[in-house]
Amino acid sequence: MNTLRLSLRLLWRDWRGGELRVLAMALILAVASVSSVAFFADRIRQALSREAHQLLGADLVLSADQAWTVDESTAIQARGLRVANAMQFVSMAQTAASAVQPARSLLVGIKAVSASYPLRGQLRVAPRLGAMDAAVANPIQRGEVWLDERASVALGLKVGDPLQLGALRLHVAAVLTQEPDRGMNFFNIAPRVMMHIDDVPATTLIRPGSRVTYQLFAAGERTDVDAYAAWKAPLLQRGQRIETLDNARPEIRSALDRAQRFLGLAALLAAVLAAVAIALSVRQYTARHLDACAVMRCLGATQSRLLALHATALTLLGLLACSIGLLLGFFAQMAIAYGLSQWVSAVLPAPSVMPAFQGLSIGMVLLLGFSLPPLMQLKGVPALRVMRREVGQLPVSALHAWVLGALVLVGLLFWQAGDARLGAVVVGGFIFAALLFFGAALLGLRVFSSAVSARVLTALLVPLSVPAVSVRYALNQLRRHLRANAVQLACLALALMAMLLLTTTRTDLLTAWRAAAPPDAPNRFLIGIQPEQRAPLQALFSAAQLPVPELAPMVRGRLIAINARPVSEADYVDERAKRLVEREFNLSYQTALPVGNRITAGQWYAPEHAAKGIAPEHAAKAEASVEAGLARTLGLKLGDRLTYSVAGVPVDVEITSLRTLRWESMRVNFFVLTPPWVLQQQPASYITSFRLAPTQASFAEQLVARFPNMTVVDLDASLRQVQVLFEQLAAAVQAVFGFALIAGLLVLYAALNASEASRRHQTAILRALGASAAQVRSTQRIEFLVMGLLAGVLAACGAACISALLAWRVFEIEPPWTPWIWFAGPLIGVLLFSLNAQLSIRSVLRASPALVLRGES
Amino acid sequence: MSQHTERNFIPTPSDRHARARAAVQAGAVLVASGINKTVSSGSAELVILREIDFAVTRGEAVAIVGASGSGKSTLLSILAGLDTPTQGEVWLAGESLFTLSEDARAQLRGRRMGFVFQSFQLLPALTALENVMLPLELAGRADAREAATQLLQRVGLRERLHHQPRHLSGGEQQRVALARAFVMQPQLVLADEPTGSLDARAGAEIIDLMFEMNAQQQTTLVLVTHDPVLAQRCQRVLRLQAGEWVNVPAEG
Repeated sequence: MNTLRLSLRLLWRDWRGGELRVLAMALILAVASVSSVAFFADRIRQALSREAHQLLGADLVLSADQAWTVDESTAIQARGLRVANAMQFVSMAQTAASAVQPARSLLVGIKAVSASYPLRGQLRVAPRLGAMDAAVANPIQRGEVWLDERASVALGLKVGDPLQLGALRLHVAAVLTQEPDRGMNFFNIAPRVMMHIDDVPATTLIRPGSRVTYQLFAAGERTDVDAYAAWKAPLLQRGQRIETLDNARPEIRSALDRAQRFLGLAALLAAVLAAVAIALSVRQYTARHLDACAVMRCLGATQSRLLALHATALTLLGLLACSIGLLLGFFAQMAIAYGLSQWVSAVLPAPSVMPAFQGLSIGMVLLLGFSLPPLMQLKGVPALRVMRREVGQLPVSALHAWVLGALVLVGLLFWQAGDARLGAVVVGGFIFAALLFFGAALLGLRVFSSAVSARVLTALLVPLSVPAVSVRYALNQLRRHLRANAVQLACLALALMAMLLLTTTRTDLLTAWRAAAPPDAPNRFLIGIQPEQRAPLQALFSAAQLPVPELAPMVRGRLIAINARPVSEADYVDERAKRLVEREFNLSYQTALPVGNRITAGQWYAPEHAAKGIAPEHAAKAEASVEAGLARTLGLKLGDRLTYSVAGVPVDVEITSLRTLRWESMRVNFFVLTPPWVLQQQPASYITSFRLAPTQASFAEQLVARFPNMTVVDLDASLRQVQVLFEQLAAAVQAVFGFALIAGLLVLYAALNASEASRRHQTAILRALGASAAQVRSTQRIEFLVMGLLAGVLAACGAACISALLAWRVFEIEPPWTPWIWFAGPLIGVLLFSLNAQLSIRSVLRASPALVLRGES
Repeated sequence: MSQHTERNFIPTPSDRHARARAAVQAGAVLVASGINKTVSSGSAELVILREIDFAVTRGEAVAIVGASGSGKSTLLSILAGLDTPTQGEVWLAGESLFTLSEDARAQLRGRRMGFVFQSFQLLPALTALENVMLPLELAGRADAREAATQLLQRVGLRERLHHQPRHLSGGEQQRVALARAFVMQPQLVLADEPTGSLDARAGAEIIDLMFEMNAQQQTTLVLVTHDPVLAQRCQRVLRLQAGEWVNVPAEG
């Protein structure tokens, strides 16, 4: 009979005996949690990037200040991608003078597109102002222009009217209501006029030196797009750049980043917990098979045969359990994705096979890592054990049996974290906690089982009609198996800690998200407010009975030097850094730290300078507070001196603080802030954000009609997307949290299960010596009470420390205030132990002492 | 049977070797020669077995008796090749046990020996049938199920094939163990206190069964026991005292 068949039989027999259930459950959970997160992260990333690509109008956009050659389009098409062309420039549009009104002219943002534009997302047009809009059926034709609402209102044009663009006369064919890639760069929006790209030459608007952005849109299979981007990126020349999701939409990216970190962490903790359960149950598997292996040695099995049989059996079990886990993970992810499909109407891209591979390999590697060393012990069991039971016992704490598994686990954790810092915090935290817990458990057990505490406990418990002998015997038990108990206690404390940690971080994170994107978050940006328009604007808000928004000053300046050294985009490799250096910054001055901003280094400048009206020349220095991400991108640090060119005049500032801010808050945020006096004298416009309910949408039209120079940017779609995204992420977090929680319970079960045999034996001795069931019960209860209490306190300490560390270093949110874990930890510890005690006492008391002592039960 | 003990007659190593060689050549199933077993306990050397020789012929039933601590279980372990002697050699079916590796001894056990233990040593997760099938399966026999079923029927457990050990009485468990010991049709069955955990009636049944199978299969039987009833059923009774034979073992 071949090994495989016999292994299968052995496996089946073990399974039937219930010995493999904890192990199988642990594997299933490990794989399910890791793979569901991996599947989900994969799909949400794809879905989100698709959604965001709609907002890009394509999967990838090439932009340049020179026209792209035809070869460029050909190269893209050669890779199986679709292509569209666009040109964007600002120009004057003129209406024809008529009998009723004179000719009007307006500075408009012209976007000239080819027929295939857009490749992702849709254009929507309405047949007249205020009419229902619909998706565009036919692309824009030559001779036509589409005007957006603002341009239509400002120019007083309706569908059918003519419009003069340079040398060309076109007629208005529709009102443009939605443009997929609008809002990408909303600080520079003029009223929109869309036309066909082939009409551009006839306008004669484009001359040498004209500022035109030439865009090539590309879309297609993800792999093709990625391949093209990878190929093209190093070939980009000055003034050319690639836009993909990665360098667009900071608010969504930061939310997604953080969510993925959390999901990674949760999956990781589930994996750690499952690994502990795997380790415990493999040990139990080994212990239970010692006798069987000795008998099999007696019956003629060689060592290599035993190893082959058990390794094959475990591998088969692993494959089976991992497949089930994978399936479970896939379905969990499908359930989450179902919710997701409500906002991404298109079919979600199928998850790739990578997450499946990831889940499977994690399960198998964990299993083999933790089971090979014990199996080596198992195969070496002397056959003599059948005659003398004391021969060939497993060492109590076979440290070397855990080393391989532990190493494997650490490796997996780093891989799964995908972020060295997160991995290090979690792995370091767990190793440190494991050692610390073991030490603390030893100490705690020693203290609890000391003569003094025995007296205290006796004094406390005996009046509650607990027999004194039970107290004494329970403490004696704790002391006698000090190391084994400490190991068990440390495992339980770790599991409990992970559960508490997940609960706290989850709550923290959800609260932080809700606070960042509240339902009443602003949904309109208003830009281009001139200083003298501030009062009339605020009056308009008051008149409409809307809350008067705060106006933030905005000064445009180009970064020209860092520490007196001129900067140029050639200094930077990073695409974002190049762009930042190339463009004008929106600087602002403010007295107080804006809501949602948090200083991470240095100090917010003293407001007294401004408040006391100290003149610039008397102030100590021109300070600036810089957004931390920007500082990272540009390599800036505290104390660096930045020189901006503001309206042609150099302005020097020194970085005195770094800030993090919430892009997802939808508030007006600035990369660089200074005290008022630094920039007050510079020409500034103002910007604000406010909220309009759907019923108040006409207010935006009023605004534009009253102040044609201002631009209202509607963020509703974008905001809705962010909010729904958060809700989806919260659902994913809950699901993964559930997995981790079950894994934690499994660890508790496995740990307590592991000690049941010895408990049973001790109880049998007690019973044989005439102990009553009540005495046995209270003995075990005291033992479990002490253990549960210790485990709970340790877990609460650990969770409090790690969650503070995580909040501070990884999620960059305020450290949590969670006093409840100090009650919940010990309470849960005691409850879980008591529950288990209740179950095990029943079976222990039911077992006949004689049979137990003869080793037959 | 002569009354002088081997204590008074210490054969030289060459004597002993020659005699053992002769016994092996004469076809003795089991031959032990000059078995010594000492264990060091702290600084002291504890002698468990001293200069044990004996030989068992095919089909013979031999009982080894003695007080607790006389070394009879250790001797049985050494005869089975489960434990190693400090000195001496054992031949099983002509093969020298202790020149073989542990793995080779295991294979030899699988082919030639069956075991019955006081504590049965059935695998608790396996049914009666599966316990009996196990040695056949390990040997790669395709007819494991049939052979095991047949033997369990022989020991009167037709109705208990699919019961796990914990659902069987002690007597029934030992019958399963007997079936497992005999299912490979071994040349030698070693039994360690086979009735030690059983009441008188169950013990008697086991004894009957064991001798019945011993007779049917022409199996050699070596058993260690306290049970005088069991010892009497054997053709030879050897008495151990403090690690030495008390009466001269008759040469096979």
